[in-house]
Amino acid sequence: MQTRRDTLKHSAAVASLLAASGLFPHYAQAFEKAAFDAKTINEAIKVMGGSAPVESKDVTITGPDIAENGAVVPFGASTSLPNVKRILLLVEKNPSALVAMFNVSPEVEVNFATRAKMGQSSDVYAVAITNDGKAFFAKKEVKVTLGGCGG
Amino acid sequence: MADPMRIRAQAAGDKATIRVLMSHEMESGQRKDGNGKTIPAWHIQDVTATLNGKTVMTAEWGPAVSKNPFLQFTIKGAKAGDKVGITWKDNKGDTRTDEATIT
Amino acid sequence: MKKIALSVGLVSLSVFAFAQKSSTDSIAEYRQMLQDGNPADLFEAKGEGLWTQKRGPKNASLEKCDLGKGPGVFKGAWVELPRYFADTGRVQDLESRLVTCMQELQGFDAQEITKTPFGRGEQNNVTALATWIAAESKGMKLNLPQAHIEERKMYEVGKRLFFMRGGSHDFACATCHSQDDKRIRLQDLPNLTKNPGAGNGFGAWPAYRVSNGQMWGAQLRLNDCYRQQRFPYPLFGSDATIALGVYMGVNGKGGETVAPAIKR
Repeated sequence: MQTRRDTLKHSAAVASLLAASGLFPHYAQAFEKAAFDAKTINEAIKVMGGSAPVESKDVTITGPDIAENGAVVPFGASTSLPNVKRILLLVEKNPSALVAMFNVSPEVEVNFATRAKMGQSSDVYAVAITNDGKAFFAKKEVKVTLGGCGG
Repeated sequence: MADPMRIRAQAAGDKATIRVLMSHEMESGQRKDGNGKTIPAWHIQDVTATLNGKTVMTAEWGPAVSKNPFLQFTIKGAKAGDKVGITWKDNKGDTRTDEATIT
Repeated sequence: MKKIALSVGLVSLSVFAFAQKSSTDSIAEYRQMLQDGNPADLFEAKGEGLWTQKRGPKNASLEKCDLGKGPGVFKGAWVELPRYFADTGRVQDLESRLVTCMQELQGFDAQEITKTPFGRGEQNNVTALATWIAAESKGMKLNLPQAHIEERKMYEVGKRLFFMRGGSHDFACATCHSQDDKRIRLQDLPNLTKNPGAGNGFGAWPAYRVSNGQMWGAQLRLNDCYRQQRFPYPLFGSDATIALGVYMGVNGKGGETVAPAIKR
């Protein structure tokens, strides 16, 4: 007879199998949201499925040297690497490092521009994660004259 | 119903550059109000872009994306006359979809 | 001898290059990066819709509103404001004129709108409309009329107000805005007594302020100037604010407008 404990263990195993196979989409989503809570760059990349990031000249981060106001800082994240599945924008010294994550299909260029809030002067990273889980980054120092998180 | 987005979609060769301005507070959840209470985070979480109905890009955003977000990206193999759709969904469940024709 | 001269030349060249990108340059670069994709576009779109939308107790649109160039003419209207209007018998700026039209054509209560704080209720609509109307003059040159005696009077009143010192800190507009090449921290202060400062300064509002994510019309800009000077707040659409608009706008004659701009 199957005890309650067995049933629970069984369903947990099935759930993780489903999550791994991508058949449990809302599980995968909850997974992703955790990345936005990660406090450091390496933590966020790990949650997003990337291994220890390596600096690469094939990844580019564009942005201003000085941002007059940290509330709106324009950035561009791009890469010429092949087999990229997602590209991330991170601000090291923000309360949570991950700003945005773009999932790429073959129909779009791996080249995104958006604007981020920066709490203080910090290094900013673009990280490309390939299909086989490798992570490559480029970084840039951005000085902020007025922090943009607390108003 | 949230305010409409502004989408500009321009073709150049066999690519189209898409520029979007979304109307959203993007409250970070870091600020406090006059009474010292933290103003809860309220921000776009998911963004989806479609070309003629087919999804070409999805993105996930945290509260650090700036207020009234700007987004620019390039779709390959797109031409004038194609339809670009942008959808956003925020952490309160509110959503908005707007379309534009590539010129 | 030649070798030394060459190396000295190279050293001075690299020192010069090192000194090239100043903070001001970097800030200018930052501002340039924000030009494409100005959230003011969102307010412009809203304003455009409000112009043709039937609203208010009279359920009418603003399409017959006379902004100085005839009923319904909005292109090029902003670069000629403030100006004298015979129907109200006063010199009016864009925002006060929009409120006049909202009352006369749509039946809104002008007093109510005047008393509404910025960022609330109908004031949001006035700001959106002002943003769109200004955008319809983008790139044109400021050309405020001074033909009418009332317009010339307002210029003189504006000038007096500009140089009038008062408030707890004894500030005047002139304290910050009457000299070239001044700045507060990294914020350049335009000289509003003549071009290019007057044209650039007056011709930039309405503007989107990234620091608070708000769309500011000229009325709110002046209101905030007074706040910074520790003066009492001027009333919305008051003669004082309109006079200052005439003073700056006339000083900026010929200046090419950039509104709606994006600002810190």
